[in-house]
Amino acid sequence: MKKEYEFLRNIPGEPGNLIKGLQLLQSTEGYISDDGIRAAAEYFGRPEADVEGVVSFYAQFKRVKPGRYRISVCDGTACHLKGAPLIHEWLHQELGLNPGETADDGVFSLETVACLGCCSLAPVMSVNGKVHGKLDRKTMMKILKEYAAK
Amino acid sequence: MKEIVKLKIGLASCGIAAGGDGVFEALKKAVDIPILQVGCIGHCYAEPLVEACLSDGSSVMYSNVKADEKSIQNILSLGEENRFEIPAARKAKELLKVLALAGKIVPTDLDDYIANGGYEGLKKALSLSPEEVVNEVKLSGLRGRGGGGFPTGMKWSFLAAKPGFDKTVICNADEGDPGAFMDRSLMESVPHQVLEGMLIAAYATGASRLVIYCRAEYPLAIKHLKIAIGQINDAKLNVFGDRSVEITIKEGAGAFVCGEETALIASLEGQRGMPRFRPPFPTDRGYQDKPTMINNVETFGNIPVILREGGSAFAATGSEGGRGTKLFALAGDLQYPGLVEVPMGTTLNEIVFEIGGADRERVKAVQTGGPSGGCIPVELFDTPVDYDSLRSLGAIMGSGGMIVIGNDRCMVETARYFLDFTHRESCGKCTFCRVGTTRMFEILERIVNGNGSEADLDLLEDLGRKIKAGSLCGLGQTAPNPVLATLRFYRNEYLEHVNEHKCRAMQCNALVDVALNKDKCVKCKLCIKTCPVNAISSDFVIDPALCTRCNSCLDVCPQKAITRVAKGEQ
Repeated sequence: MKKEYEFLRNIPGEPGNLIKGLQLLQSTEGYISDDGIRAAAEYFGRPEADVEGVVSFYAQFKRVKPGRYRISVCDGTACHLKGAPLIHEWLHQELGLNPGETADDGVFSLETVACLGCCSLAPVMSVNGKVHGKLDRKTMMKILKEYAAK
Repeated sequence: MKEIVKLKIGLASCGIAAGGDGVFEALKKAVDIPILQVGCIGHCYAEPLVEACLSDGSSVMYSNVKADEKSIQNILSLGEENRFEIPAARKAKELLKVLALAGKIVPTDLDDYIANGGYEGLKKALSLSPEEVVNEVKLSGLRGRGGGGFPTGMKWSFLAAKPGFDKTVICNADEGDPGAFMDRSLMESVPHQVLEGMLIAAYATGASRLVIYCRAEYPLAIKHLKIAIGQINDAKLNVFGDRSVEITIKEGAGAFVCGEETALIASLEGQRGMPRFRPPFPTDRGYQDKPTMINNVETFGNIPVILREGGSAFAATGSEGGRGTKLFALAGDLQYPGLVEVPMGTTLNEIVFEIGGADRERVKAVQTGGPSGGCIPVELFDTPVDYDSLRSLGAIMGSGGMIVIGNDRCMVETARYFLDFTHRESCGKCTFCRVGTTRMFEILERIVNGNGSEADLDLLEDLGRKIKAGSLCGLGQTAPNPVLATLRFYRNEYLEHVNEHKCRAMQCNALVDVALNKDKCVKCKLCIKTCPVNAISSDFVIDPALCTRCNSCLDVCPQKAITRVAKGEQ
């Protein structure tokens, strides 16, 4: 196993801990890289294809490096009714990104999530985990500008 | 003179998202009295909420508090502005049993929980034999709150019947229904109550492992549960005589199908979360091939109440179709979105209009049960909400998400939205679910784009029936529900889409144009500046070929002079 993946040894290497290991990998690297897959396969004693299968099954795991600011647009039922598709459209116009993509300059990345559980504040999006609620076009643009200026 | 002795601020996810953490910091700077960070009292529309507890034991609440000097001083001087009272209609209908302590106590303070009657249920359980505890749960008539509605006491008795202690009890906290947040709120606000329910289950069924499978999207819930588990271990509340129980949390990785028992177990074992055939049932062979029982968060939240009150007393609340109370996450087109708890059998009228404050003139339907449920039209709102009544209408109780749908929403688009979700979340094991939901989604896309035909409606119904019959697990068996229910109650909207290419809600982009009313327009040019695709000319004509129907101009127009109209009516 490559030296930079030694941190996996913090969890017992039994096959059942694979998901936990992948979560640790992703929180360390920001995404699951090819090298990460190889390391997890080796450490948890499972074929690489098997690991790739688990990674592709769960929405949480990303195979593309995310931006400095990860925008997650909630498309839960309440948010959808209250305009999540419009939020997507606006973000697409402003950043040129589709869900699952990262901007070339690495500042923003965009994804859709099923529900952030803040339905009473719909529509919402989160940036690096911080939830912004009751969005309209103006507040959304303001939030984008604030992050871009950071 | 009444003085403020301490302050409470609601800092569950919704409170934080509404800006509660800023208010907390501002209060901390302003005063030197204890400021307790409590959970959610369920009135999400009023967040951030601050409660000022007074020296005479009474308290005053403030809603929509801002972090500025004026708001803070208003509270500290017990001013009249932004005072919050629970709406009288809601107070009259609501019955707080499971949520009794939510937002009242500090979630991560074990002593606070105990001082308010916490762990009394466990104490009571330990004074009974395990069989007697199972019997109390049976007497209570409690049915699984996760959606299936299976009698909880019966499930417990299956696991209790297995010999030995090498068994697992799992708490399903993978609340995947978009639009549902009951479980999140419980875990964030009263984590000890959920854990108390689990400990009682471990005692009654003889399990020695407790596992919480929680979705990773709920970091605050996981944090609070971890702290609470540490406190339980330190206080040895997990030790029953000569045996002790191990409690662990596993984070899910985002898959709706993992709400299904056997898929959840596969996921816990580090596999793709795909369901398998039953039998063997998990109580025979489950997690790590050992007998396993899975209950949902809210189910466990009810258990301490049952033990404290006694099973028969608990069963006195509710109706034939369900005992006790039920939590609902109310959201959508209504005045007071939030988390409510009402006796089973309360009617939709009471929940949506009296508690939720929705406008009778504007409501079209309510959606229950998320992507597995159906839409119930406003004409049937005298239906009592319990497991059996909802099922008879093609909807389900589900976990308790309840989305109010206004007149300006398109039912076909709503059905398309749910199928978009389920066809992506299908694990792919059963052909009917994998291919069938995709085909249903494609047909619905065709219809909302104005390319459908009447034959498509029959095809949807036929496919829907076959997917329900040909799928192994609950996901596939219920995925067609949103389509079948809307076809049943809102067939006219489907027919308008396919025959007249019309969307009465003006929501389906392919069937609408955007028009500017020149009589109302004051020529401020905000729309021209805002339009991202330059579709509005300098003399205020909108080019439908360029326009993406993004609503940006509708949003900025100060005169509300721009509206969506039926295609061709510009």
